[in-house]
Amino acid sequence: MTLTPPSAPALQMRGVVKTFGEIRAVDGLDLDLTPGTCLGLLGPNGAGKSTTMRMLTGQAIADAGKIRVLGHDVPRESKQARARMGVVPQRENLDEDLTVRQNITVWATLLRVPRRSRDAAVDAALDMAQLSDRAGSKVLTLSGGMRRRLLIARALVHAPELVLLDEPTVGLDPQVRGDIWTLVDRQRSAGVSVLMSTHYIEEAERLCDDVAVMSHGRVIARGTPATLVAEHAGVEALEFFGPPARLAQIERTVQPQGFRTRRTGPAVSVLRAEALPLGMVDELGDGTRRAANLEDVFVLLTGEKLED
Amino acid sequence: MATTQASEQRLRAVETTAFAGVFTREITLFRRIWKSSTFGSIVEPTINLVAFGFGFGALVTSVQGIPYVQYIGTGVVASAILFSSVFAGMYDTYVKRYYMKTYDGILATPVDVPELFLAEAAWIAVKSGIYGCAPLLIAMIFGLPPSWGMLAVPFIGMLTGFGFAFMGQWFSGIVPSMDSFTYVQSALVTPLLLLSGVFFPISGFPQWVQSLAQLNPLYHCVELVRDAVFGWDPRSDLVSVTVLCAFAAVMGALAVRVLRKRLID
Repeated sequence: MTLTPPSAPALQMRGVVKTFGEIRAVDGLDLDLTPGTCLGLLGPNGAGKSTTMRMLTGQAIADAGKIRVLGHDVPRESKQARARMGVVPQRENLDEDLTVRQNITVWATLLRVPRRSRDAAVDAALDMAQLSDRAGSKVLTLSGGMRRRLLIARALVHAPELVLLDEPTVGLDPQVRGDIWTLVDRQRSAGVSVLMSTHYIEEAERLCDDVAVMSHGRVIARGTPATLVAEHAGVEALEFFGPPARLAQIERTVQPQGFRTRRTGPAVSVLRAEALPLGMVDELGDGTRRAANLEDVFVLLTGEKLED
Repeated sequence: MATTQASEQRLRAVETTAFAGVFTREITLFRRIWKSSTFGSIVEPTINLVAFGFGFGALVTSVQGIPYVQYIGTGVVASAILFSSVFAGMYDTYVKRYYMKTYDGILATPVDVPELFLAEAAWIAVKSGIYGCAPLLIAMIFGLPPSWGMLAVPFIGMLTGFGFAFMGQWFSGIVPSMDSFTYVQSALVTPLLLLSGVFFPISGFPQWVQSLAQLNPLYHCVELVRDAVFGWDPRSDLVSVTVLCAFAAVMGALAVRVLRKRLID
């Protein structure tokens, strides 16, 4: 069957393995994406996120395991799947000599938008990415944020059912990042399934219905951002700034009581601080309470840092 | 189910939709750069033609019964075809794959590796067929008499261009870096050119070199062009067409194989 039953996952990976020489980039990965939701792959560089993305388009071939995308077996029926997917690469590859409109039109042809509806589709994509007034400009003249919006618009011109975004806002200014988030959120609201890899916590928290924490090619935790935080990092953290000796002393105080800590630069955070006995809070002195976040979860689970 | 069978059949074949998508992209890009691209492809063979035609033509009045200007005019058609195909295949493919990551983008759309490189080679072949005619037109200014056979020249150019475009693509996939293209140029392109009869007949070479020339696709291109202009020789022309078809087929298979390895992990 080429039609996907409504309840079937937009994509499904089972026991997927991909090795490059000695390195197991993806190591027994299981993944499902519920249609119409946004799933975030959260992990540091080298966790296997990009390789996972490439396997979904048949641009990397798994050594073992099963992959289905929009009801198609991949890589065998990868082409049919790709016709219904939009892919936004991490590395920008626009045609610099062409105009904004030409870039999207070329992609509309590649993505098989019928000739009679092509112009309308290109107009709609331009409008969605707020690039209509720059339609005639060469890509060379665009700002970084505009180029990224064009990269996304190009991938959405055929109204795909599934969108893959590989680190969509890496290297962008915070304000521009917000524009991209709006663009992605609108897709999700329109019922499009989205798979997004990121190593920005805020991005995952804001956009993703579901987060899969990846480390060394596997999913080590899965859930909504709120559930993951509640399950693994509790409610809040108590953060202390100070010289190394003071930070070490705080660690020595709380760790024997079973509390986990993590260092971020010149600070140490005591996790699940809501459970600290009052006496101990007084003993620790001045700290700042903050809500527990996904990064806490990530560090607790993997012992690795996400952002440099 | 019927739909499933149909779609699975589409999977295996080279689809015209995918081919057309890539081909259209090339045309769109060409509309931006046609001036510089056409300038190089026309001016260089013209300079060759004029320089050899007059410089060398002062010493040699005719070759194989053909006035030298006409001999070189028809020969330079082949060198124009060679240059506009092999270098486009080599440099453009390398730049698009390695630096611009264009192919990573295209292969995420419903286009497969064979369709991608077939379409790109086809576009190079079309350009080669057209650019190959430039020296012919210039030679006509210098007295080459028009003939009906000349109408076949763009097609000879396309067929030859296909093979050399694929060859360029193949090299682009096996070289460790772009610097290596200079080796290809010195060790392969130049010998192919000198052993093709573009500038002088190969009959002056020892017998074994002449036999070797039979394997040179460019030699067959030169033969076909001269026969198209001065009169067909059906038997040997059929051999030449066959060699050029085989060359394109082998190079196409090699190009797709090596580039698939480079692009699909």
